[in-house]
Amino acid sequence: MGAGDTLRHSLWIAWKDLLDLWRNRMAMVMLILMPLFMMVMVGYIFPTESALENADVGLANEDDGPLGIAFAQNLTYVSEESGLMSLKDSTGFDDIKQRIRDGELAGGVVIPSNFSSNLESGTQAVVEIVSDQSNPQISLLLQGILTKVIEQMGTWRAIANVSFQLGVNSSEALAIVKPYTVETRGIVPGNPSYFDFVAPGIMAMTVMMSVMTGLPHAISYEKEFGTLDGMMVAPIGRLSIILGKTIAQTSRGLIQGLIVLGLAVLIFGVTIQGNFLLLLFLLILGVLSFVGLGILITSVARDEQTASMAMMTLMFPMMFLSGVFFPIQQMPVFMQYIAWSLPLTYATSALRKVMILGADVQSISTELIVLITFGIVLLAVAVPIFKKAMKK
Amino acid sequence: MVEAIVTRNLTKKFKDLVAVDHVNIDVKKGEIFGLLGPNGAGKTTLIRMLCTLLAPTEGTAKVAGYDIIKEDGKVREHIGLVSEKMIMYDRLTAVENLKLFGKLYNIPKDTLEKRTHKLLKLVHMEKWAKSQIGTYSTGMKQRINIIRALLSVPDVLFMDEPTLGLDPQSTTEIREFIKRINIENETSIILTTHMMVEADMLCDRVGIIDRGKIVALDTPRSLKRIIGGEDVASVDIEIPNLTNEMLEALRNQPTIVSVVRENETHLLIRAKGEDAFDDIIDTIRARNGKIAFVKSLEPSLEDVFLHITGREMRAEVSSKVKSFQGGGRHGPPALSRRVR
Repeated sequence: MGAGDTLRHSLWIAWKDLLDLWRNRMAMVMLILMPLFMMVMVGYIFPTESALENADVGLANEDDGPLGIAFAQNLTYVSEESGLMSLKDSTGFDDIKQRIRDGELAGGVVIPSNFSSNLESGTQAVVEIVSDQSNPQISLLLQGILTKVIEQMGTWRAIANVSFQLGVNSSEALAIVKPYTVETRGIVPGNPSYFDFVAPGIMAMTVMMSVMTGLPHAISYEKEFGTLDGMMVAPIGRLSIILGKTIAQTSRGLIQGLIVLGLAVLIFGVTIQGNFLLLLFLLILGVLSFVGLGILITSVARDEQTASMAMMTLMFPMMFLSGVFFPIQQMPVFMQYIAWSLPLTYATSALRKVMILGADVQSISTELIVLITFGIVLLAVAVPIFKKAMKK
Repeated sequence: MVEAIVTRNLTKKFKDLVAVDHVNIDVKKGEIFGLLGPNGAGKTTLIRMLCTLLAPTEGTAKVAGYDIIKEDGKVREHIGLVSEKMIMYDRLTAVENLKLFGKLYNIPKDTLEKRTHKLLKLVHMEKWAKSQIGTYSTGMKQRINIIRALLSVPDVLFMDEPTLGLDPQSTTEIREFIKRINIENETSIILTTHMMVEADMLCDRVGIIDRGKIVALDTPRSLKRIIGGEDVASVDIEIPNLTNEMLEALRNQPTIVSVVRENETHLLIRAKGEDAFDDIIDTIRARNGKIAFVKSLEPSLEDVFLHITGREMRAEVSSKVKSFQGGGRHGPPALSRRVR
């Protein structure tokens, strides 16, 4: 049987699968909804600074000196201007604690009774921030904002003091008080968000998931319904069946991947820096590296249910370990080793480099080599096992 | 090619279960060969091995002259399969389904179109050719399923329970169609069934398979003869005033082989010899017995199965049918007894 025959037969099988999918209205709706949900989900569940809007924060001034009152007034003014917090009067730490428990407040600020006297006697004055550790995300954000605001207020006060005592103007005073200032300059134009980070990963994941889940599903479903026998008993290469199914599933995955890309660009303002064709090529390569795994699962699993379970077991760790949502560098070292043994990691990394950094083929050569090797090795193992398993 | 199928010690084991146990059969070219046996006897496993879908554990076989292990590709070119589960895609139309399989068999476009048209016409399905299979009734589906297997004009056609779960009309039509393909195309057909009447009607020869072994193999006629010779007559007789004395007298007649009392008034009598009928009637009449009803029965393959294996098939069969039809029954059981 020639390569031409194998390809021709596989294309007919793919035609059948895609026609079947196209006529399955429900499946078509899901095909489009899945990437949409995925994007909206990851786009909005992760906390950003804008999540903090008009948070109710208790303010207790235990100091009756003029400096404490002035500080409280200043803080109120800054908070209102920024719109991040809305300050509520409070009587002290215990009151704030009670009101956090009741859900009235997100955090609090306490000006201790020795605030004025400390400042007047030339010592540092302490401002207490009350944080709610049961909500680490919000309390961390609030803590950060309050610290920044209070430090800024400290700086203003220092500038006023210095310019008054040394008789210099305020910009000179600023240089004395804060000699260093930091400016960040990114390598990516514009202002990339978490979305830019996560979009390439979701694309890689969607495409590969569709092959990893779709392929075993497509084959074991036909096995269970008996229609696979029709292909197995036809004078075609076993490879044609695998290839046909793969072409169909890859097309499905690519459609979903492109929907993700479209949504990312149109709705979430992600920009593609690199070559679009390279992007497409990477997606297809990623799929091929997963085909072997899909076939392996199909061969080992007796029925559709077992296949689905096996896939879920493999897929979830892969989703979270491959740097799709969280940078791999954040993980403990041994987890990083696991991450770097998964093909999805390389696909995600390469896609991210091309999409955000505008990388060319050369800069992603490692990823390319690893993905190709993965694909070939897994296929070389999977195809003979598949052939044997089908005759059991 | 003289033999369509030759098997030598063909065996399939699933762990400890021997599904097919050293089977040796020779199916002649152009023959309709029936494999008859209860559910789980090994019919499907045997068929799957011959179709190259299953690797044998031991032994070998040749189908259409090719070895099923070494030349499986060649075997596939010459066979067609109608399996118990229909090989069709519900969301494709009949024509699309046939097109797919035609393409897999490398049938040229023109030939494929001509054959599709001809076959659809043959099973009276042209009207529904462009409807999706999912909208068909079971009988319609099976017609398409069968012509799908015939698309490549196979030398050997395997049919695993081709009429299972079909309504009586479709069953009759499909049986006639099977006969017709066999005659017109000289296609050798291997047919599995648990229905005696089907094997009896269609098959040139029947192999009775039980627990993986071929326990009997011959023409339906010869198989029936196993029970007690050509001149055995079976009579179903109703005597409203049946007495024990009458029963005793019948049992004592030398020509009568056996008497089974089915209920208060019904008897099932088997007798041998030319005068068998006369003897039965005379014995009853001599004791003032009234004969309300009499029917002569020919031994069925079911009787043969019972005779050979010592077990009834029907209980096992109806459980299988139930699982397929959700409680429905496969026509009246009396169908399996043919009136002479």
